[in-house]
Amino acid sequence: MATQHSRSAARLMMAPAVFLLLVWMLVPLSMTLWFSFRKYLPLRGGDLGWAGFDNYVRFVTSSSFWPSVMTTLMIVGGVLVVTVVLGVLLAILLDQPMWGQGVVRILVIAPFFVMPTVSALVWKNMFMDPVNGLFAHLWKFFGAEPIAWLSEASMQSLIMIVSWQWLPFATLILLTAIQSLDSEQLEAAEMDGAPPLARFFHIILPHLSRAITVVILIQTIFLLSIFAEIFVTTQGSFGTKTLTYLIFQRVLESQNVGLGSAGGVYAIILANIVALFLMRIVGKNLDA
Amino acid sequence: MARAVKTQRKAINTALAWAVGLLIFFPILWTILTSFKTEAQAISDPPVFLFFDWTLENYAVVQERSNYMRFLWNSVIIAGGSTILGTIIAIPAAWSMAFVPSKRTKDILLWMLSTKMLPAVGVLYPIYLLFIKLGWLDSRVGLIIVLMLINLPIIVWMLYTYFREIPGEILEAARMDGASLREEILYVLTPMAVPGIASTILLNIILAWNEPFWTLNLTAAKAAPLTAFIASYSSPEGLFYAKLSAASVMAIAPILIMGWFSQKQLVRGLTFGAVK
Repeated sequence: MATQHSRSAARLMMAPAVFLLLVWMLVPLSMTLWFSFRKYLPLRGGDLGWAGFDNYVRFVTSSSFWPSVMTTLMIVGGVLVVTVVLGVLLAILLDQPMWGQGVVRILVIAPFFVMPTVSALVWKNMFMDPVNGLFAHLWKFFGAEPIAWLSEASMQSLIMIVSWQWLPFATLILLTAIQSLDSEQLEAAEMDGAPPLARFFHIILPHLSRAITVVILIQTIFLLSIFAEIFVTTQGSFGTKTLTYLIFQRVLESQNVGLGSAGGVYAIILANIVALFLMRIVGKNLDA
Repeated sequence: MARAVKTQRKAINTALAWAVGLLIFFPILWTILTSFKTEAQAISDPPVFLFFDWTLENYAVVQERSNYMRFLWNSVIIAGGSTILGTIIAIPAAWSMAFVPSKRTKDILLWMLSTKMLPAVGVLYPIYLLFIKLGWLDSRVGLIIVLMLINLPIIVWMLYTYFREIPGEILEAARMDGASLREEILYVLTPMAVPGIASTILLNIILAWNEPFWTLNLTAAKAAPLTAFIASYSSPEGLFYAKLSAASVMAIAPILIMGWFSQKQLVRGLTFGAVK
C-alpha cells in the first residue's frame, strides 16, 4: 500500500522525535557513566582523575546505602499494597449502580491532579502537625496524646501521603478494566448461586490481573523516583532517605559527583529491570 | 419486590460511595475552606468547618507578598510551551508510525517509552552541568526543553493510539481522488484527529504543570513555577496555614478543572494502551 515515496517521507517525519530522544538519552547517560568512574568534586578540586570502580564500591559500602534501599522498598511496597487493595475495592464499588456516579468519580480522582509539593505540605502542616494539625485535634478529642507523625511515624506518614496521591490512578485504571468485564458472566454466576466472595476470586480478580500488573509496574517506576514529597516534609531525616534522595544529596548537597553518579547508575539499572517487565506487556498489546 | 431490593441496594451503594469519595476529597476540601479563614481560625481547636468569617484576605496577601502572578506565569509558559513544542514534534512522528508502519515501528515505540523510565536522579548532575554551560539554569527556555523531552514519549504514544483508530480506507480514498500527502494530512486527517490531539495536549499540560523534580532542581528565583513557589512554604514562620491554603488553591485550581475534563483520556495516556 505504502509507496516508496511515502516511506521516505515517513522516515523524515519521525526523525526529529527520534533524534531528540536519542540525544536526551545518550548524552546525559554517558556523562553519568563517565563521572561514575572519576573522582569528581566540583567544589573541592574538580575532576581529580580516574577512580576505577571506587565510587561503585564506596556507594554500596557506605552506611547509608542499605537503609536507603530498605526505605525505598518499604515506601514502594507499602504504597503498592495500599493503592492496589483499596483501588480494587473502590473500583468494584464505583462500578455498582448508584446515584451521582459521575460526581463521586470526580471526587475520587481529584488527588491525582494536586501537585506533589502541595499535597505533601498540606498533609504535613494541616493534618500531621503535632500541635495544630487536624489529626492532633482529633486525637485530643478522644483523649489521646497527639502524635508527631512525620518524626515518630515517618514512614507510615509518607506512605499515607503518597498513597493518597496514587490511589486515584490505581482506581481509575482498575475501574476501566472492570467495566470491560462481561456482565452476563457475573449474572450467570449469581444465578448459579455463587456467593459474592467466590464471584470476586473466580471472575473479577482473574479479569483484573493484567490491569493490576500494569498498575504495579507503572507505579513502581514512578514511586522509585519520588522526590518532592520527601524534599518538603522530612528532607530525608527520620529514616525516610530513599535511594533517589540519597543520590540527590550526594550530587547536589555534598557535591560528590563521582559517588552520586555511581549511585545514579545503580538507580538506572534498578528502574530498567522493572521497565523490562512493563515493556513486555505493552509490547504484547501492540501486536493485538 | 425484586425492584425494592434493587433500589435498596442502590441506596446503600450510593451512601457508601459518597462517603468514601468525600473522605478521599476531604484534604482538598479542607484546604479550600481554610484558605477563606483567618490564621487564628485556621488552627482553632475544635476546628471550624463552615461557620467562620469568610475572608479573601489570604489571597490578597499571598499575591502581594510573593508576587504570585510571576510564578503562575512561569507555570503557564513552561507547561504550555513544553506541551506545544512536544506536540509539534510528535504529530508527524505519530502520524508516520500509525499510517506507514514498518517492521521497526514497534521497537521504536517501545524504545521511546523506555527513555521515559530513566530515573531523573540518575542524570541530575549531567543536566545540571549542561544547563550551567548553556546558561539555562533558572531559565524558562531550559525547563521548557527538559519537560518537553520527558513528556515527548507520552505525547507520541497517545497520539499514536488515537491516530491508529482512524480508518486507513479514508486515507486511501483521499489518495485515489488525487490528494497529495500535504492535503491528505491537512484536510482529511487533521479534522478527524483534533479530539485526540486536544486530549493529548490537556493531559500533558497537567503532567508538566505538576512536574516536581526538574522544576525544583533547575530553578531558583527567576524561572521558578508554582511547584517551587509552594515548596518555599516548607520552612514556615509563624501562623501560615490560611496563606498556605490560599497559595495551594491557586496552584491546583486550574489543573483540577482541566483534570476533571481529561479524566477519560487519563487511562489511555498513562498506561500506554495497555489497559483499554
